[in-house]
Amino acid sequence: MSTSNNGWETVIGLEIHAQLSTNSKIFSGSATAYGAAPNSQANLVDLAYPGVLPVLNGEAVRMAVKFGLAIGAEIAPRSVFARKNYFYPDLPKGYQISQYELPIVAKGRMEIVLDDGSRKTIGITRAHLEEDAGKSLHEGLPRQSGIDLNRAGTPLIEIVSEPDMRSAKEAVAYLKKIHTLVRYLEICDGNMQEGSFRCDANVSVRKFGAEKFGTRAEIKNINSFRFVEKAINYEVERQIDVIEGGGKVVQETRLYDPDKGETRSMRSKEEANDYRYFPDPDLLPVEIDPAYIGEIKATLPELPDEKAARFVLAYDLSQYDATVLTSSKELGAYYDDVVKALAGEKLPSKEQAKLAANWVAGSLAAALNEHNLEITGSRIDAKRLAGLLGRIVDNTISGKIAKDVFEAMWAEDKSCDEIIEARGLRQITDTGAIEKAIDEVMAKNPGQLADYRSGKDKLFGFFVGQVMKATGGKANPAQLNELLKKKLAG
Amino acid sequence: MSLNRDQINSIAHLARLSLTDAEVPVYQDSLSKIVDLVGQLDAAQTAGIEPMAHPLPGLAQRLRPDTVTEKDQHELFQRNAPQVEAALYLVPKVIE
Repeated sequence: MSTSNNGWETVIGLEIHAQLSTNSKIFSGSATAYGAAPNSQANLVDLAYPGVLPVLNGEAVRMAVKFGLAIGAEIAPRSVFARKNYFYPDLPKGYQISQYELPIVAKGRMEIVLDDGSRKTIGITRAHLEEDAGKSLHEGLPRQSGIDLNRAGTPLIEIVSEPDMRSAKEAVAYLKKIHTLVRYLEICDGNMQEGSFRCDANVSVRKFGAEKFGTRAEIKNINSFRFVEKAINYEVERQIDVIEGGGKVVQETRLYDPDKGETRSMRSKEEANDYRYFPDPDLLPVEIDPAYIGEIKATLPELPDEKAARFVLAYDLSQYDATVLTSSKELGAYYDDVVKALAGEKLPSKEQAKLAANWVAGSLAAALNEHNLEITGSRIDAKRLAGLLGRIVDNTISGKIAKDVFEAMWAEDKSCDEIIEARGLRQITDTGAIEKAIDEVMAKNPGQLADYRSGKDKLFGFFVGQVMKATGGKANPAQLNELLKKKLAG
Repeated sequence: MSLNRDQINSIAHLARLSLTDAEVPVYQDSLSKIVDLVGQLDAAQTAGIEPMAHPLPGLAQRLRPDTVTEKDQHELFQRNAPQVEAALYLVPKVIE
C-alpha cells in the first residue's frame, strides 16, 4: 500500500532464524546453554569427527510443528534433511544440515496491523529445521581467528516470508509478531542480543505498478528491531540512487554496519551462492502422522492474536491497548489476573478494564522498565495492584494519590489499605470538611477572589490547587469542583 | 555434454581444490563422463514415480529424547587441533 520516494515501491521479504530452546543440540547430546566456556559444549558430532552420525532431537521437531500450527501452515507428513555445502571455519563438516525441497512447515501466514489500523496478511513460504554454525572471534588475535563451536548444532527454525512487505515499518511489525509468537509458544527465548533471534532482509525496489520485482540485495547481521528499520531504509535509498544514477542493482549479500548506519557489500559471499544441496544420506525422512499433530495442537496456548481479540471483545479495550497488553504471554496473564481480581465474580465494566489497562501499561510498565524487570519479576503482583485499583474505583483515594500509594507498595511489601491508613491518605469526601478548606482558602486570598468574581475565570484552577494543597491532595476532585464553583459564585 | 575449463576451475574452487594447468583437462574429461552418465539417468521415464530420499524403504527417522548426554571434553578433542588458544581453535584470519 505504501509507496515512497518518487513512485518507487519497496519490496521486502524476511528470513528469520529462531534458535529453539531445547536442552540439547539438534543432532547430538551436547548442551546448548548460552555463555558456556569456549568449546565446552562441542563434542564429536558437533566437531565432525569421522564416523559419527547425527541423531535427530525429537523436541526440535515438536517445536517446529508447534510453530507451523500457530501460523496456520501445512505440516509436511514427510520432510527431508539436506546438506548445504560451503566452506567456513565455524562449520566443521563443510556442510550445514538443513532442509531444502521438503521442509517441515510450509504455507503459513501472519497478520500485521498497520499504522492506520488496517490489517495485512504476510505469507510465510516455509519454516525449516536446521543446525546453527559456530562462532568466529577476531579480537586480540593478530593474524588468526578463534573458533568456538559451542553454538554449532544448536537447533534453528528458519522462517522465510513471501516478499509481501512494502515498507521497513511493515517488516518491523511482522518481525515483532513472529518474535512475540515464538515466545508465547515457548520455543525460543527471543534474545536478539545473544543471537537467538536473528533476521536477514531481502530488499528490492521497483517503479510503482511494475509487475516484475527489482533485483534484490540480502542484508545480513540485523540484530535489533531498530536496526531492521534503519538497514532497510538505508538500502532502499541506496538502490534508488543506483538506479536513478543510471546504474544497476547487483544481486548480492550486504552487511549492515550499525556504527556507520549503512550496508556494505560482502564480496566473499558473492561467489559462494552455489550450495549444491542434496539429501543427507545420514538421516532418514522425518514422518509426522496426524495423531502426533493433534497431540501438539492440544498443547497450543492462547495465541497473541486470540488473546488480543478476547481483550477487545470481553473487556472492550482498544486494539492498541490489547496489542500492548498481549506483547508477552506473561503480561497478558498478569492483566487478566488484575481484571479478574478487580471485578470479582462479575464481568468487569469498561471503566474497570480500561483503568487496569492504563495502570498495567502505564505506571507498572514504567516501574518495571526503570528497575529492568520482566513482568514475572514485578514487586507488585496482580492481586495487590487490583487492591489499589479497587480503592480508586470506590473513591477511597484519587488517581493522583494512587500513584504515591503505588510507589509505596513498590518499595515495601504492604497492602494498599495498610499504606492508605498509615499515611492518612484516605480521600476526603465529607462535604463539610471540603467546604471548610474552601472557606479558608477564600479568606486567605481576597485579591484573587475579587479578580475571579470580576470575570477572570482562569483563576478557578488556582483555587482548586490551593484547596488541594490545604487538604494534602486528598479532597475528592469531583466534589471539590462542584463545591468550589458554588462558593466562588458567592 | 562436455565441461569447459572455466566450469572445471569453478567446481574446483567450490571444493577448495587447487588444480595445476595440466590437471584441468584430466578433470574435464572425467567429470564430463560423469555428467554424461547422469544425462543417461535423466533420460529414464520417471513420471509418476515418487523421488526416493533414502534407499531404506519403509523406514523413518527415529527421534532422540532431548537430554544432554555429552560432557565437556574439549581438552581431549583439542589435542588433535594444530593450534589452540584459550580453548579456541585457531585458524587463519577470516573476517568480513
